[in-house]
Amino acid sequence: MGDLYDSQRAMRQMRKAAMQRGVVAILDVGTSKIACLVLRFDGPEKFRSVDGVGSLAGQSQFRVIGAATTRSRGVRFGEIDAMQETERAIRTAVQAAQKMANVRVDHVIACLSGARPRSYGLDGSLNVAGGMVSEQDISQVMASCDVPDYGADREVLHAQPVNFALDHRSGLGDPRGQIGNTLTTDMHMLTVDATAIQNLFYCIKRCDLELAGLASSAYVSGMSSLVEDEQELGAACIDLGGGSTGISVFMKKHMIYADSVRMGGEHVTSDISMGLQIPASTAERIKTFYGGVVATGMDDREMIEIGGDTGDWERDRRTVSRAELIGIMRPRVEEILEEVRVRLDAAGFEHLPGQQIVLTGGGSQIPGLDGLASKILGQQVRLGRPLRVQGLPQAAIGPAFSSAVGLTLFAANPQDEWWDFEIPADRYPARSLKRAVKWFKDNW
Amino acid sequence: MRSLIGRTSPDVMPRDPAPSRLGYRFQRLMLTPGFRGAVRIGVPVLLIVAIATSWYIKPENRAQFVATIENTKQTFQQRPQFMVQAMNITGADADAMTDVVALLPDTFPISSFDLDLEGMRIKIEALDQIKSASVRVGQAGALEVRLTPRVPVALWRDATTLRLIDENGVQSGQILARAERLDLPLIAGDGAEDNIDEALVIFATAGPLLERVRGLVRMGERRWDMVLDRDQRILLPESGAAAALDRVIALNAAQDMLSRDVAVVDMRNANRPTLRMNEEAAAALRRGNTTIDTNGVGN
Repeated sequence: MGDLYDSQRAMRQMRKAAMQRGVVAILDVGTSKIACLVLRFDGPEKFRSVDGVGSLAGQSQFRVIGAATTRSRGVRFGEIDAMQETERAIRTAVQAAQKMANVRVDHVIACLSGARPRSYGLDGSLNVAGGMVSEQDISQVMASCDVPDYGADREVLHAQPVNFALDHRSGLGDPRGQIGNTLTTDMHMLTVDATAIQNLFYCIKRCDLELAGLASSAYVSGMSSLVEDEQELGAACIDLGGGSTGISVFMKKHMIYADSVRMGGEHVTSDISMGLQIPASTAERIKTFYGGVVATGMDDREMIEIGGDTGDWERDRRTVSRAELIGIMRPRVEEILEEVRVRLDAAGFEHLPGQQIVLTGGGSQIPGLDGLASKILGQQVRLGRPLRVQGLPQAAIGPAFSSAVGLTLFAANPQDEWWDFEIPADRYPARSLKRAVKWFKDNW
Repeated sequence: MRSLIGRTSPDVMPRDPAPSRLGYRFQRLMLTPGFRGAVRIGVPVLLIVAIATSWYIKPENRAQFVATIENTKQTFQQRPQFMVQAMNITGADADAMTDVVALLPDTFPISSFDLDLEGMRIKIEALDQIKSASVRVGQAGALEVRLTPRVPVALWRDATTLRLIDENGVQSGQILARAERLDLPLIAGDGAEDNIDEALVIFATAGPLLERVRGLVRMGERRWDMVLDRDQRILLPESGAAAALDRVIALNAAQDMLSRDVAVVDMRNANRPTLRMNEEAAAALRRGNTTIDTNGVGN
């Protein structure tokens, strides 16, 4: 655990360095596409040209100066499957984005959607004995959290304190300086498979880039597509991706739960491909052009040419009706949503004050999905699109880019994580110089 | 015959646009600002320098290059606008003119680029007779030399020569005989040339004695002796020489002192002017005194 914290702290240092350089790249490694955005940071409120709505989530302090998307290779279920292929795809995206931005990027902040995320709620308490809560107390209360045994092959991706309570008062955002007896905290910890992270690390390193941050794509797409009061009151963001579907539950502006379903848009495509006996590329094309989940009578008459592509133009011209296509797609989409429902139920989503569910990601563009989702997930379902950020090209403002956009917000102002707080004094080695310095700082 | 079956079978992957690792690295290198600047400016400069060096390193090319430059320079400098056709010397008498002309170039027309005006001026000013000169290329391509001659104010005699010196004590020529410049006062002695103005003041004070003055002699590099004809000397003090001379003139006017048989009038001590007579006069005086004494004793 100590190692991971060190590497997370190292990434934070890297992020700081990148901020000083002013240029950082965003890399969304997905199953169907890899998106790379190049951000330029010029300080707060630099790019506000007109009066009006102020900055949301601090997105006005940076500008997207380069954007590129490429077809993803070697990624399955949001995890890297063939390293060389993925590395080439990352190189393609980064090179194109660099070319557009016309700057060299050295630091990259990445997100990954798969890797079997698992959420843990931790709590810890500390007796502050009527004194004032200091920074040291906060780090100690976090250190006192009872960390479950999450397995040797897993790594902590996020560990965010979501709530502090001092005696009977709960819901404190920042308890420093307040006086009480018992300080308790609730933390949300997200662990993922260590191998997936290591693979991503390796791929990015092979591209001569430094990893300056790592995030779960479910988390960042929630950050970009949920509006502020949804984040405050409680909402779930369903990111329907290519190979996996991310679920993140937000409350009081903190992520309290994240999970992923290992099914996504590519499974729909492969169903079509298998059901209609057509190549995957054709299946993908007719899915995006004609796909849907609610059939009407009209759809029986709308014939789609799927073409045998055997060269025998006279005899091999197959067609299917749109109703048939919908008949193939709908069960799979239903299955995905049912699985999401199960996960949300397991997480206790129904106990939240807000029941808003936001569908985003590339899969959310299937026509009629919101109707189907409201039957399965509940009444309050909407389709979400990512926040507008400065300089993002028109092609990259769709829901498929919500995790990339969320990652820009994550880069601009990340939430405090466990490793951002001070190390508790008793964790320092006994004879450390740091400890001596700290003693002086605290006592003088 | 070619197969009619389409080549785009499903398992053929779409074209992979991924850059090679080398290409990717190269692009990143080219986006590095320092390297990019070096390539954009350094490489062309280096290339030009290399080409120029490889051309210049051959002797015949170098000779041709130098010749071309020389030729161009000549052609430019020999343009009629830059040619000096004549010279025009003003402000000097004939001998000085001759000396000056000898220092100036003698072939005309000459390009004004080939004239070293400053050098010529320095050389002309090095002449004794010339106090200052200005040399310039003036209107209509004429070399204009404007001279200011030195005006001698005194003659300075040392062991063998008679020099003309101006008010700054600078020699402006030589003459063979005193008779050539009877209008100038004569001075002599070590350090005389450094105190011309003092000497001139004394000469100006001399007034009625002037036709009898032979010259001034600097004694011991501190004071003046005025030498008159008949080998009479007036020893003037270090300071207040003119005043002392005035007293001598007054004495002379009252008692006709200098026309008597006086050898030296010593004015060095203002409280005690002293006369020294010639030997014969002294002897005559002594005789006269003795006679008077004996007469007195006899009485």
